[in-house]
Amino acid sequence: MGATHLPSTEFDGTDIEDRQEAAAEARMGAPAEPMVQLLAPDGTLGTDPVFSVYAERLTTEKLRGFYADMAKIRRFDVEATALQRQGQLALWVPLTGQEAAQIGSGRASQPQDYIFPTYREHGVALTRNVDLAELLRQFRGVSNGGWNPKDTNFHLYTLVLAAQTPHAVGYAMGIQRDQKLAASTALAGATPAQPAEPNAAVMVYFGDGASSEGDVHESMVFASSYKAPVVFFCQNNHWAISVPSSVQTRVPLADRAKGYGFPGIRVDGNDVVAVHAVTEWALERARRGEGPVLIEAFTYRVGAHTTADDPTKYRESAEESRWRAKDPLDRLEKYLRAEGLAGDSFFEQVRADGDELAAYVRKTTHDLETPDIRTAFANTYVEAHPLVAEELAWFEEYSAGFADDAAVPAEGATN
Amino acid sequence: MTTMTIAKAINEGLRATLTNNPRALLMGEDIGPLGGVYRVTDGLIAEFGADRVVDTPLAESGIIGTAIGLSLRGYLPVCEIQFDGFVFPGFNQITTQLAKMHARSNGNLTVPVVIRIPYGGGIGSIEHHSESPEALFAHTAGLRIITPSNPHDAYWMIQQAVDCQDPVIVFEPKRRYWLKGEVDTESPGTSADPFKAHVLREGTDATVAVYGPLVPVALAAANAAAEDGRSIEVVDLRSISPIDFDTVTASVKKTGRLVVAHEAPTFGGIGGEIAARISERAFHCLEAPVIRVGGFHMPYPVAKVEEDYLPDIDRILEALDRAFSY
Ligand SMILES: Cc1ncc(C[n+]2csc(CCOP(=O)(O)OP(=O)(O)O)c2C)c(N)n1
Repeated sequence: MGATHLPSTEFDGTDIEDRQEAAAEARMGAPAEPMVQLLAPDGTLGTDPVFSVYAERLTTEKLRGFYADMAKIRRFDVEATALQRQGQLALWVPLTGQEAAQIGSGRASQPQDYIFPTYREHGVALTRNVDLAELLRQFRGVSNGGWNPKDTNFHLYTLVLAAQTPHAVGYAMGIQRDQKLAASTALAGATPAQPAEPNAAVMVYFGDGASSEGDVHESMVFASSYKAPVVFFCQNNHWAISVPSSVQTRVPLADRAKGYGFPGIRVDGNDVVAVHAVTEWALERARRGEGPVLIEAFTYRVGAHTTADDPTKYRESAEESRWRAKDPLDRLEKYLRAEGLAGDSFFEQVRADGDELAAYVRKTTHDLETPDIRTAFANTYVEAHPLVAEELAWFEEYSAGFADDAAVPAEGATN
Repeated sequence: MTTMTIAKAINEGLRATLTNNPRALLMGEDIGPLGGVYRVTDGLIAEFGADRVVDTPLAESGIIGTAIGLSLRGYLPVCEIQFDGFVFPGFNQITTQLAKMHARSNGNLTVPVVIRIPYGGGIGSIEHHSESPEALFAHTAGLRIITPSNPHDAYWMIQQAVDCQDPVIVFEPKRRYWLKGEVDTESPGTSADPFKAHVLREGTDATVAVYGPLVPVALAAANAAAEDGRSIEVVDLRSISPIDFDTVTASVKKTGRLVVAHEAPTFGGIGGEIAARISERAFHCLEAPVIRVGGFHMPYPVAKVEEDYLPDIDRILEALDRAFSY
């Protein structure tokens, strides 16, 4: 049964928007505990006074899609880990355990929204149609990015923790300004500077460890001061490498939002239905111009922090087992089967699709081309730069000295 | 042509920028009704409104970080950092994010953010209000750094910085904010390229390369040297990244001697970079080693002794004497 966290008397109206506003206000004064949960680990669907409405909107197709996405990205994770072990990737950052937090939130976004990830959001990338092979470029060491964010509105990964959070708020402030500019040009009867766009919001992902960085604080201050359309999505996976979340915060992270003057919600991060509902609520609210929300997805990183990490050094395997029992895929499978929404053939198809994706990723990773360092010369600045031109000219001349010497293989050509 | 101070020239430059670019906006602490602690943004909020001249929360990382986000959305943010010594909470955003965004996106993203920083000493201020951190930024690829030394440059450089597709830091010589000079608001003239050095005074015996606050000091030293019969050429670098080595090299090929002067500490500074480059490019023309004049390797000293720290006319003359002693 899902935890109910606010007395239902708060919501008399049948109008969804009224209920949402009341909820937002009530939440500002209410503690984040207990958290929002709709789909329990045993696969039963509970109710929530605010968010059941969103769950009710979900079609069978959508629910099956959530499962397919989660299974796909877990399979991808296994494949990438294997590729790292085989020396094909320099490092891998696994997401197993966090599929519901990522698929649920990513699927709540719309194409016009802009997403700023940290570095573990492979599931969100999937929901934004980023080619997962492109995602591996950074981990293979052939690019510091790998995809064009403009194609999918999914920004590049960021390795400096929390640095992307103010970017998200600034981008959201830009969306606000676009709307104002569009309104003023429409008033003046002029052709708008750019085509009218549907209302958009920004979502930014960060971890419980990153929540301690100063940039998160500054972002939240800016977001609140300017009522920017941004959703802060914190995946509390309980560990910042080896440091437990209790070292980062003594209160539920979601409670911090209160101090900035916007709602904070703790959601069961292993419950894809609840995560989707809460995120949809927050994004809709942001798109309507009602300001930021902090979502804390309470979840768990089941595997290692990265392939370079050894979790046995800092946590008990019993803890991992406890969380495995709350697995996000298992509970949705139980629900889909119990309700007769999916059967064996569906799950077999999902498995086959996963294997196909894995084969594709395996093949394309081997084929990822090592770039020419000339692209780095070309991309340091937008406009011509004499120092870059001088150094490139030197490099060309220096390289030309080796041109005749066929016995010398090009640097990095072998693996 | 109108006569105005450097501060007023930047103010007028910002006004022109806001007028010409509907997507340009100013961001910073106290830049609204107060007009900035140096009043450089005076009157702009009244003219353009609080959406274009944004008084931000007191948060340097937040200012630069959100400016990056705004620029990703197609805006042209011009950030004011209140004092040189307070840019460091934003250093991470400038060096790890702003400078690298274009490169790491394989050229797909541009972040034309402008950051204005009043810098340098000589105003008798307290700790962290008189620093010259330009070398720390010049070392980072992806950033451009310019510094005006006169009102005409100040008026045009801020607009050129906004027009540039790359991120640009404009270091403003704060002790020269009240320096007056002629500004041609119709045309930049020879200031059309902000990254090109200017030969401010022609000479034949030695070159002094300077920028920003030390430009008037170098000109005065050159005049003093002239009384001793020495003909000194003075080059205003104007741009610290990139540096216009061609102009400096051409000057040194003519004079055979080079003194580089800046307020920032000599060690690891821009002067060392220029000395090394000129030794490579004009070794056979040099009559003497390149001599550097700069601040000491110490935290910026208390105001009562900053006169001893800052290069002055005599320190430049002493350096010239050394150059002539070879
Ligand atoms: C500014 C900064 N400091 C330190 C690191 C090194 N580091 C990488 S990941 C990590 C832990 C992050 O934990 P959390 O924010 O909870 O995210 P998670 O990796 O668990 O998803 C640390 C300390 C970093 N990347 N950036």
